[in-house]
Amino acid sequence: MYGCVVGDSYGQTVVFAARDQYLDAVKAMADDGFSMCVDLTAVDYLEVPERALPDGIAAERFEVVVNLLDLAGRNQTGGRRLRVRVQVPGDDPAVPTLFDLYPGCEALEREVYDMFGIVFTGHPDLTRILMPEEWEGYPLRKDYDVGAIPVQFKDTGAR
Amino acid sequence: MSGTTAVDPVIASLVHQTAEDAQEMKPRSELTAAELMREVGAVLRMSEAEAAALGSVEGLEPDEDQTMILNMGPAHPSTHGVLRLMLELQGETVLRCKPIIGYLHTGMEKTGEALTYLQGGTNVTRMDYLSPFFNELVFAMATEQLLGISDEIPERAVWIRMLMSELNRMSSHLLFLATNGMDLGAVSMMIYGWREREEVLRFFQTVTGLRMNHNYVRTGGVAADLPRGWRDGVLHLLELIPPRLDEYDLLLTGQPIWRERLQGVGVLTPTEAIALAATGPTLRSTGVEWDIRRAEPYLRYDDVDFDVIVGSYGDSFDRYAIRLHEVRESIRIVHQILDRMPPGDVRLQNKKVTPPPRARIDESMEALIHHFKLFTEGFKVPEGEVYVAIESPRGELGCYLASDGSAKPYRVHIRAPSFVNLQTLPHMMRGRLVADAVAIISSIDPVLGDVDR
Repeated sequence: MYGCVVGDSYGQTVVFAARDQYLDAVKAMADDGFSMCVDLTAVDYLEVPERALPDGIAAERFEVVVNLLDLAGRNQTGGRRLRVRVQVPGDDPAVPTLFDLYPGCEALEREVYDMFGIVFTGHPDLTRILMPEEWEGYPLRKDYDVGAIPVQFKDTGAR
Repeated sequence: MSGTTAVDPVIASLVHQTAEDAQEMKPRSELTAAELMREVGAVLRMSEAEAAALGSVEGLEPDEDQTMILNMGPAHPSTHGVLRLMLELQGETVLRCKPIIGYLHTGMEKTGEALTYLQGGTNVTRMDYLSPFFNELVFAMATEQLLGISDEIPERAVWIRMLMSELNRMSSHLLFLATNGMDLGAVSMMIYGWREREEVLRFFQTVTGLRMNHNYVRTGGVAADLPRGWRDGVLHLLELIPPRLDEYDLLLTGQPIWRERLQGVGVLTPTEAIALAATGPTLRSTGVEWDIRRAEPYLRYDDVDFDVIVGSYGDSFDRYAIRLHEVRESIRIVHQILDRMPPGDVRLQNKKVTPPPRARIDESMEALIHHFKLFTEGFKVPEGEVYVAIESPRGELGCYLASDGSAKPYRVHIRAPSFVNLQTLPHMMRGRLVADAVAIISSIDPVLGDVDR
């Protein structure tokens, strides 16, 4: 389907697109009736390098997960929803942006960039969206230490 | 030292590559064509030249000398919390707008990874604090799918979930009516909306013990059965609210000032709404009939009668009217739920998922062990990933869960409707007056807890 490996997860159709197929595959899906990109997120599989993936898909550190929706319900898959999973290597975390196909991805891609440091090449405004702009590191990465964040005003000397 | 582990070279190179641009809206002179596309043309699949032409609002020649950038918020009463908007103004006309968010970001998705599935409900319920039941419901439904017990949830639990969802939709929309009135200067509406919402919350309190952040919907059912006298409580609401809605009609809907402030303000076309992934009343106001309760029925929504309310102009007035009518539709659904509420269990009788009742612990060693295991370790959820979506008062509320087979979710992602709907703001505000900006923000009903998570 759309030139990609197809899987199933609890009754939901999942398309495993390779990184170089990603943009073309999503384009084909958009043409096929998936008119809305409902959700775009990512998972850092640092702690689960071995996981169940279909044959031909090599597990990488990051996975970008895109949920598409067909409001009219007319497409090849027959379902209204489709999930695209893209493996993104940890040493080169970059995927092309879907902005030109789905402008509604703008904020979602910025959030993934902010939280995981995955670069969406071609995104018109790839800046941090939730964290302060001078923040270091990417909070939702699994190797991001949640402890020890300096607390403002703690050492006022007034105590 | 900030929270990073030893700065790994990948991050260092990324920081270098992306240079962490400022989040703020750039002055007009630094605006590239691509950025202008983002703000105006990309939604309509325009060429850059066309978008650039659109970038100037009709009748105005944007010249940097004549425009000013104004910060609205984050502490502005009409921004529903801590939303900050940067507006480029010429006179009183908004040329460009950029929402800047994150002031309420508390890393709840990261927190979710440290909590068990049993504790997760307390976390997600705080995201969209005006519709907590929906957050709990979507999280519980995603967990149930991963466990493979979606079909085994007791009937009564399903109907209770539906009852609470619809009452919550009512309380959320009533609050919208209140804040929408307040933002537009109809201050008496604010008091009325809060008054009615409080009645609904009082019922929630009798059921869950809390007005908000209930953690009532749990994996496998709901926390407790409805209390004695719940039917009277619901009937009281069903008698109280409809006449009050008619009062709102009298107070607002037909009133010329109200209409002047809302009609034709913040118009969104169906193409724009779909391209920007807007959902809920924002999408329905443009005439697109999309309601997950109807399109992909969950719980027992296919067993009840209700209408999906759609607008035709996509303006702020349609969004107001849709929410007002959705309260009426919810009342209709609640009536049917009252008639059909089945007897029986409210939690799945599966010892591995549901903690035993308190009384059993005293008499059964096995129950004690299960209780101990569930509250210390939690239940393990098979490896896999799942995306579940429901219709919250604000639009599609989705939950993406990835499990690595342990008792804590490996990744919790909430697709927040407010967060995505916020992207429609720049498109609705272009060329409008500053005073309309307040009406437009209010009309998409963002909850900043949901936006920033």
